[in-house]
Amino acid sequence: MLNKNIYLILIISCVFGISFWIGFNVNLLPAEASINAPIYDELFKILFIIGLIIFIGMTIAVIYSLFKFKRRKDEIGDGIALEGNLSLEIIWTLIPSIIVLIIGIYSYNIYDRMGGMKELNHSHEMMSSNTEKIWAGISQSSNNDIANNNLSVEVSAMQFAFLFNYPKGEFISGELHVPVNNKVSMRMESKDVIHAFWVPEFRIKQDIIPGQPTILNFTPTKVGKYPIICAELCGPYHGGMRASIIVEEESDYKDWFNKNKKTEVNL
Amino acid sequence: MTISIDPQKDNNESLQPNGWLRYLSFSLDHKVIGIQYMVCGFLFYLIGGTLASAIRIELASPMSDFLPRDVYNQFLTLHGTIMIFLWIVPVVNGAFGNYLIPFYVGARDMAFPRLNAVAFWLIPPSGLMLITSYFVEGAAQSGWTAYPPLSITTPQSGQIIWIISVLLLGGSSIFGGINFIATIIKLRRPGLKLMQLPMYCWAMLGTSLLVVLSTPVLAGTLILLSFDIVAHTGFFNPVLGGNVVVYQHLFWFYSHPAVYIMVLPAFGLVSEILPVHSRKPLFGYTTMVYSIMGIVVLGLVVWAHHMFTSGTPPWMRLFFTIATSFIAVPTGIKFFNWVATLWGGKISINSAMLFSCGFIINFVFGGITGVALAQVPFDIHVHDTYFVVAHFHYIVYGGTVFIIFSSIYHWFPKVTGKMLGEKLGIIHFAITFIGFNLCFAPQHWLGLNGMPRRVAEYDPQFEFVNQISSIGALLMAISTLPFLVNIFLSFRNGKDSGNNPWNALTPEWLTTSPPPVENWEGDAPLVEEPYGYGYSFSEKNKKI
Repeated sequence: MLNKNIYLILIISCVFGISFWIGFNVNLLPAEASINAPIYDELFKILFIIGLIIFIGMTIAVIYSLFKFKRRKDEIGDGIALEGNLSLEIIWTLIPSIIVLIIGIYSYNIYDRMGGMKELNHSHEMMSSNTEKIWAGISQSSNNDIANNNLSVEVSAMQFAFLFNYPKGEFISGELHVPVNNKVSMRMESKDVIHAFWVPEFRIKQDIIPGQPTILNFTPTKVGKYPIICAELCGPYHGGMRASIIVEEESDYKDWFNKNKKTEVNL
Repeated sequence: MTISIDPQKDNNESLQPNGWLRYLSFSLDHKVIGIQYMVCGFLFYLIGGTLASAIRIELASPMSDFLPRDVYNQFLTLHGTIMIFLWIVPVVNGAFGNYLIPFYVGARDMAFPRLNAVAFWLIPPSGLMLITSYFVEGAAQSGWTAYPPLSITTPQSGQIIWIISVLLLGGSSIFGGINFIATIIKLRRPGLKLMQLPMYCWAMLGTSLLVVLSTPVLAGTLILLSFDIVAHTGFFNPVLGGNVVVYQHLFWFYSHPAVYIMVLPAFGLVSEILPVHSRKPLFGYTTMVYSIMGIVVLGLVVWAHHMFTSGTPPWMRLFFTIATSFIAVPTGIKFFNWVATLWGGKISINSAMLFSCGFIINFVFGGITGVALAQVPFDIHVHDTYFVVAHFHYIVYGGTVFIIFSSIYHWFPKVTGKMLGEKLGIIHFAITFIGFNLCFAPQHWLGLNGMPRRVAEYDPQFEFVNQISSIGALLMAISTLPFLVNIFLSFRNGKDSGNNPWNALTPEWLTTSPPPVENWEGDAPLVEEPYGYGYSFSEKNKKI
């Protein structure tokens, strides 16, 4: 009996060990390029480890029972007449409930840190008239969250392109240029069908809905060029509907802006 | 005035053709209707599978080079619609439900045999209509979700035919659901209590409640959508002041429960198969019943988790995250109970058992990614990507389709009186299991790293992983061959099975195989312990 328990503890600690090792050492995600990304990856890691423990545990249990309780040749008769075990069933109702509850509270915390629970409308009076209904996206707090420092871009999506309007400079660009470590506020509207704005390296996505503007805020943290991908089926060329976001140093961004602007504003 | 009824004339059997022709007739026999559902569903499965193969061939290279772009979108729309509405829903509900439920409740037929036949005969015409729409002006190309405004702006004829055929299929599903509820509640053999029913009855009761509660919502939504397309009304058309997000709410109010309509019957079927082949009672019957009903209730209040990026307010995102996560609890109970059913049994490792165990492993994996997807911050990154595609194929293919195959191996002797070949069955399982995991496991990585779903072209960095996935799809296509050969050979000259080859205790095995038209020669047996393994027969089922 003691022997049996030792084996059980050994197997369980092996499952935990393997799961933690994989969880910490196998990276399944692309580069982290916004302040959202490390928060997301933290949640991913936790869910990945819990998932691995459950999956490996269940798989071992199934395969072990298939070998251990296999009917031998010429063996007749039934297994034990075990119709249930109340305490066991209570345990495996309670433990998953607690795990699920903890995951729920934790992911609420993550979502809050991403800025998901913030009221969006109040900081965007300049963008929305009173009659217009703004649909929530993600609002993200930033390290240097100074209201005036916010960069506002108006995104319009159509079959099969994104256009980025910089209202301060009164010009439109096919590429989204943003300065690194600055909060970017986007107001997005679709001209025809539903599209979605997705930057995998930023871990953000928001549908762009015709007739209902959506807001998306983010703060890039890494200089580079990343794809903007439409994630909502929008027609035959949906797969080709892509654009680029170019995250640059502030000075490079200013040069680019000043070269393209059509007004006398200087950044 | 009294009306005299001539029993000879009213006997439908004399009006029905005999032999194989009755499978093409408006038969009222629940067993014939069950077979009709099964064969019809399988033919559509082959068509849907061909479409899937075409999609995977297209995705073997990053350029859109195999199919024209609009045809690709038509194929993915047809693939989804056929697999859901013409294969999985009719087979796990219609085929097995019709065949087994009357046996399980101790009845000679379903409560409404004519409604039953009507429900089946709605399926072939609407399926054929859906497929022929491809040859008219092109099939629908807005995905099986048919989100407006895309569904309003794409070519109309295909979209309208899609709507009509989904409406007919929904109607068929509702008729079936009403029939199952009536049969299970009202047609039970005297003395048979609800808590003595085999688990599949409970699963079908729960499923039918979901069908009856949620399918009418889909029907209403699609009728409104068709008004928008044909009559230029503005329910969902933003140009006319409509609201596209309202459509999504209404659509998912049906289509999330539809997932449970596809998996709950599979949960029921596996609960029948595992006890028989491991010679042990089903572990925790009562908790299994409660967890089915828990899934039914929770399944109705989780739909908006499909819309986390659609512009839903924060409180709604939070509510649907928590509701969705909690579905893992009753589902988890079922899986722990199945493993406990295996534990300490005397397990015969055969094709039915292997497919059932494959189901447990695949579904646990799909369930884990499901709990992850329920978390708003997690979902925002992977929504509408290949991660989601992989997740739901683990649920509906790795879950339900594995159980359909398991059930075919388990009940083929019942239906035909012949055993299915074990060697080919194990080959079938091995190729399916390897091919399935090779096809869909890599897709999780694709989704996490930036490949959206429903695309014909993609970033060339994903080419290698997509080719692995396509090889898996090829194996899945090949795995159908040993199965078809097995069915053909066993049907022609398979080993005689006798009446009860598995020595099972559930009532369908307590008659001849194949069963007589009236199901039992005499009265239906009273089976109080459908899972009474481990006790001696005489001790537990005294009244047989």
